[in-house]
Amino acid sequence: MLSRRLLLTTAAAFAFGGPVMAEDRLRVVASFSILGDMVAQIAGDRIDLVTLVGPDSDAHMFQPAPADARQIADAGLVVINGLEFEGWMTRLTEAAGYKGLTIVASEGIAAIAFEGGDQGHDDHGHDDHGHDDHKHDDHAHDHGHDDHKHDDHAQDHGHDDHAHDHDDHKHDDHAHDHGSFDPHAWQDVRLAMTYARNIAQGLETADPAGAEVYRAGLASYLAELDALDAEIRAQIDTIAPERRRVVTAHDSFGYFGRAYGISFLTVQGTSTASEASARDVAALIRAIKDEGITAVFVENVSDDRLLEQITRETGAMIGGTLFSDALSMPVGPAPTYVAMMRHNAQQLVAALSGMN
Amino acid sequence: MIEPFLDFTFMQRALLGCIAISIGATPVGVFLMLRRMSLTGDAMAHAILPGAAVGFLVSGLSVGAMTLGGIVAGLTVALLTGVVSRVTELREDASLAAFYLISLALGVLIVSAKGSNVDLLHVLFGTVLALNDEALVLLCSIATITLFTLALVFRPLVLECVDPRFLRSVSRLSAPVHLVFLALVVLNLVAGFQALGTLMAVGIMILPAAAARFWVRGIGAMIAVAVVVALVASVLGLLASYHMGLPSGPSIILTAGMIYLVSLVLGPVGSIASRHYPRPHLNT
Repeated sequence: MLSRRLLLTTAAAFAFGGPVMAEDRLRVVASFSILGDMVAQIAGDRIDLVTLVGPDSDAHMFQPAPADARQIADAGLVVINGLEFEGWMTRLTEAAGYKGLTIVASEGIAAIAFEGGDQGHDDHGHDDHGHDDHKHDDHAHDHGHDDHKHDDHAQDHGHDDHAHDHDDHKHDDHAHDHGSFDPHAWQDVRLAMTYARNIAQGLETADPAGAEVYRAGLASYLAELDALDAEIRAQIDTIAPERRRVVTAHDSFGYFGRAYGISFLTVQGTSTASEASARDVAALIRAIKDEGITAVFVENVSDDRLLEQITRETGAMIGGTLFSDALSMPVGPAPTYVAMMRHNAQQLVAALSGMN
Repeated sequence: MIEPFLDFTFMQRALLGCIAISIGATPVGVFLMLRRMSLTGDAMAHAILPGAAVGFLVSGLSVGAMTLGGIVAGLTVALLTGVVSRVTELREDASLAAFYLISLALGVLIVSAKGSNVDLLHVLFGTVLALNDEALVLLCSIATITLFTLALVFRPLVLECVDPRFLRSVSRLSAPVHLVFLALVVLNLVAGFQALGTLMAVGIMILPAAAARFWVRGIGAMIAVAVVVALVASVLGLLASYHMGLPSGPSIILTAGMIYLVSLVLGPVGSIASRHYPRPHLNT
């Protein structure tokens, strides 16, 4: 199916020497809003884009409808995040009988192995006694390391090495993971640039006639992302390293923290599907009190009653809404990926610089 | 043992919520069991979904609206079930099954039609660790309403449990009493969702009642034992959640489950150990 489509598009491109005709346009299905935005930024009007999980919706919990399967069946290219973020996607493409090209946007990045966040969801029964102290130490250590890395990074932009080093370090430090990775890699703009390259590559493969368009789109998007990355770093650098700690509802900011040197403490596990235990909540409250954390953030896709309870108990303030797994509606503060990252950085900096 | 409850207000709130739900839902569970309707709780829990979904459609992620919607949907199903089983030949279990399945399907349809995928059940089903003032007031009010209502309809309700036909022949109260009782079931289920999260709310209703059944014969005593079992399970479950890092809802229900298993083996009345199976003897 794909090859026939390619043939047709190529033939059309030759025949008309101009833009492909409407019915031959490449149909791209992106799994969730952030990927959808990236595809749109790179490909512009050249393709027909369908985003399965829309703005302000949680891709962890998505339940596909037959219409979604039909969208995929008709597609010429499917873009997914990978790292088991959209667990339902494999089943959906199979069910839809899709045999075309699937691009895994996160391919080639140095993924963070699950370690249950800094708050230790993973130490089930490992250290029943004195676990809080242990975690606390751990945490402080992590933080110091982050800072160090951050300085490193400011000096040279050898980003891949940086990520890799850190990954190794984490692994050694904890030597414990679920054989699975944190999927929220787009929270690091440098990794989002890898996403963009993967997506552009996929677009080019599926629609060679548009290669020029995609390359130009990619180049300008990469430039934009590069500027965004520098901007976020500059903003975060205004905050003293020891202040860079915040609390969020679910652990989707591991990559953001690694890239920009902010520690995120969480209650729930990395997936919004898990349920908190009293111990996790107690440990978090203790950490907030002990370390004088005053910024707690809610997310656009998660239930924040637990965070409200924590703010009641600790006197910390809700710093604002961070966008983690989904963009906002077009009228909201984060309608595109770039706007989302800028919004998150601004919210964090505003909340953290307010504390003394 | 009590240190976590002293140190953290969220533990105190969790405990208060559990106490309210133990006092309110457990007596209702005892009557459900005696009426051989133990599975009704589960069915009702599913019937509540479309109401919550409509609440969500109308006012977004508002706990109040979704709770109210859930209560309305549950009451509707309860009412229709009661009416059908009394007006037609269809038995109550079949009639309930029919309506709750319709309701559940409707709920899933409404949720999907909205297209948003913020997890509806997570919003409707709170967690005992995050009870805000609103939820606590709701829980305590429902427990209070339940106790007073039960006191009011206690005699006819007991008769209805033992011999519904007799009650029907001597009094016209049978149908209203039954409906009031079903309303209490729905109210307590919605409260349980707030407190325990997930569908396990049914557990705190039924498990203590089933455990109590192995200890005493009288219905009053049975209610008392069931409430104590529920309270013990709540405290132990919360402590287990605190010390071992287990999710709090399941750990409370599993504690109640363990008490049930122990009662099943060792209880003095009709258990495996006692080796005899007398009919429940109602001497209230």
